[in-house]
Amino acid sequence: MIRIVRDIYDTCIEFVRTFGAFQLFFLRLLRHSPRMLFGRFDLVVKQVFNSGALSLVIIMVSGLFVGGVLGLQGYSNLSRFNAEDAVGVFAAFGLVKELGPVITALLFAGRAGTALASEIGLMKATDQLSAMEMMAVNPVQRVLVPRFLGGVIAMPFLAAIFSMVGLLGTHLVAVELLAVDVGAFWQQMQITVDSKDINEGIFKSLVFGVAASLIAVWEGYNAIPTAEGVGRATTRTVVITAIAVLVFDFMITALML
Amino acid sequence: MIFEGLNLIIRRGEITALMGPSGTGKTTLLRLITRQLIPQHGRILVDGVDISTLSLSGLYLMRRRFGMLFQNGALLTDISVFENVAFPLREHTNLSNRLIRHVVLTKLHAVGLRGAADMMPAELSGGMARRVALARAMVMDPEILIYDEPFVGLDPISMGVIVRLVRRMNDALGITSIIVSHDVAEIATVADCSFLISDGKVAASGSPEELRDAPSDLVRQFMHGMADGPVAFHYDAPGYEEQLLGRDSE
Repeated sequence: MIRIVRDIYDTCIEFVRTFGAFQLFFLRLLRHSPRMLFGRFDLVVKQVFNSGALSLVIIMVSGLFVGGVLGLQGYSNLSRFNAEDAVGVFAAFGLVKELGPVITALLFAGRAGTALASEIGLMKATDQLSAMEMMAVNPVQRVLVPRFLGGVIAMPFLAAIFSMVGLLGTHLVAVELLAVDVGAFWQQMQITVDSKDINEGIFKSLVFGVAASLIAVWEGYNAIPTAEGVGRATTRTVVITAIAVLVFDFMITALML
Repeated sequence: MIFEGLNLIIRRGEITALMGPSGTGKTTLLRLITRQLIPQHGRILVDGVDISTLSLSGLYLMRRRFGMLFQNGALLTDISVFENVAFPLREHTNLSNRLIRHVVLTKLHAVGLRGAADMMPAELSGGMARRVALARAMVMDPEILIYDEPFVGLDPISMGVIVRLVRRMNDALGITSIIVSHDVAEIATVADCSFLISDGKVAASGSPEELRDAPSDLVRQFMHGMADGPVAFHYDAPGYEEQLLGRDSE
């Protein structure tokens, strides 16, 4: 019994310690961010390409099918109330406020987050980060900060592209396939969706971008420098990001209601 | 406790070898010298400055005087050979691209790899990667060059090339070299002074010849590669027969 209590106590202490270190790590990244943004923006742009541009295919394909499903479901359910013309509004709210930011963040964690964590973990395992330190180059500033900022900048754009392609998917299904009136589809959307809804989506995607990128670089930087350690860091990146994104989504939605 | 009562002086302008059986903490000692690790007790003076008490900015200033060759080269895998060698220059100087190109090609020429400038690290053999890492380590003209196991896993030709380069760099540039290795034959050809580390202390020191003729059993076992001696071949274990017959768990 005493052993169980001690284990719980040790786990709690370890959690508090890790959480504190995580916050300090975040502050370190923020402290170095202005220097990277204004002094070495080329490094950030490269990481926006790696995290953002290279994720475009999966984001666009997923967006198209998610939009298509929204078209099918929206039409099927709204037609019971003779409101199938509102399928555009239904899809737009769903994509801009919820599905766009959330699914983009989950896909980002699977594509770019794992790439970031494994790349940084492997750099650590092969002494590349130690070599930088020996060359008097701070690896947090040179390696981690550009990758963190690249993810933060890329996420809102990816979420916006996801939502746009999603709406195109809904249009294809609802208008082209199920013969919903094209005028009603777009006009109702234009009248109903306002800037507050779009801002909510942008805000969420920014928060998710910070969370996903931060978790990825943290896990990579703190990976045990072995093949198994890097693999575990990659898995943890996806799992922790997915949970964090869904928790933050709930909190932000509740706050913005 | 890895080291206790360890005391050694590395002389300026010489090639000093730190040798010892596997697991004696040679690489740990290097990491202490370069403050990748901080000692719990004791002092490490580099040019009279205690490196373990320096601030981060002071440490980075000090490290600009170091060059280090890692065991596996530790080249940055996402940039070319040329960019790897140019990396410290781009980070620490405002030299023009033309001048950087000139310096990098000079250093790559010195290690015989000017022709590999456009290759990626993944395309290099182990020996080539270490030569590129050597070019990178000396591109800022360091005062102290540190080599961590530079001869491990190299074929005889690559090993000979690296040995000659170490000697030539040291003599031509007037730098201080520290080599961690347990390759007795290679160290004998290149080192001015050697320290044999065992049980957390300096077991013997002197020129390779002096070490070879040392009376200590440990030094003799290490220098002559003998299986029997103070360093046991077998890790501590229960009796062989008892373990095979399963009596050790009874």
